[in-house]
Amino acid sequence: MNFVHGITLLLAYQLVGEISVRLLGLPVPGPVMGMVMLFLTLVVRGRAGAALDHAAPALLSHLSLLFVPAGVGIMVHFGRIADEWVSISIAMILSTVITLAGTAGIMLLMTRLMAKRGAGND
Amino acid sequence: MTDGDLTQTWVYLSASPLLGLTVTLLAYCLAHRIYLACNQNPLVNPVLTSVTLLIAFLMLSGIPYDDYFSGGQFVHFLLGPATVALAIPLYQQLDKLKRLWLPITVAISSGAFIGALSSILIAWLLGASEQTQLSLAPKSVTSPVAMGIAEKIGGIPSLTAVLVVLTGIIGAVVATRLFALLRIGDDSIKGIAMGVAAHGVGTAHAFTLSSQMGAFSGLAMGLTALATAVIVPWLVDWLGSLTLVAGLVS
Repeated sequence: MNFVHGITLLLAYQLVGEISVRLLGLPVPGPVMGMVMLFLTLVVRGRAGAALDHAAPALLSHLSLLFVPAGVGIMVHFGRIADEWVSISIAMILSTVITLAGTAGIMLLMTRLMAKRGAGND
Repeated sequence: MTDGDLTQTWVYLSASPLLGLTVTLLAYCLAHRIYLACNQNPLVNPVLTSVTLLIAFLMLSGIPYDDYFSGGQFVHFLLGPATVALAIPLYQQLDKLKRLWLPITVAISSGAFIGALSSILIAWLLGASEQTQLSLAPKSVTSPVAMGIAEKIGGIPSLTAVLVVLTGIIGAVVATRLFALLRIGDDSIKGIAMGVAAHGVGTAHAFTLSSQMGAFSGLAMGLTALATAVIVPWLVDWLGSLTLVAGLVS
């Protein structure tokens, strides 16, 4: 029953997320809102509980599978990709390298700043 | 059994959700085996292999995508609850989150901004259409969220889903060399960068390198999804008003 309870909880949070995003006119997708609400609930409650501990790994361990039907949808866009494959691939590769290096650089800078401050306070 | 029986069976099967659902799962099982056999090399990522197998099957059998998706939608639907479930691994990292919240928050929100802005700008400079630019914007975010964002800002969700997977593979392939080149050795920093740039595919790869890098990458993936969902619609509005102004001036 744990699995059924877990799935029910996840769907209920998604439903509440979808409804609140629509009612409040927020720019976030409904499931993300559900994720935030569930995270806050867990922080307040102090634990995930058996139901979620069963259902979440079951869904997340094969997250890749869930992307497949949407990925097959690329066949509908073959024309667009054939036309724009150069700009699409350069944008993807360059932007990924920039994002990796930029994020790592900022994180490095921030942890060093924090360490300096911490040393100064001692 | 006559040819007529066979044809009738095929007519039934190709229109039934059962076929789409079953071939999706079969393709994934096979792709996952290949992935394990190749020591989880990101180049044979199970999504990429399954998608290739399924497209080959659909083209050879002449089944249109919409008929396939009548079965595939049952798998696709689970992306919603799976996104909600990301709250659990995030919660399990609560202690780290409390300790490093400031550098993590700054690095992830700037990383999400850099990722979206650079992909839109580069695609725009290279002359990609507006719809392609918008579909590229959420490429660093885990698919369920990225597709939601793409839908919201006027991109093509199914195109975004594919670009997301490809971005994850690129990130997993280049990250190790890039970090060596930049002389970044700290696993927590490498993990955060990986999760921001290459979401779940990158995280899976990070776990094969070190468990600490994987944990931080998973954390970054969840927070990037959140940051991008807030940043990208706003960024697109802002860029839209900029081009409008530029258009009026010129």
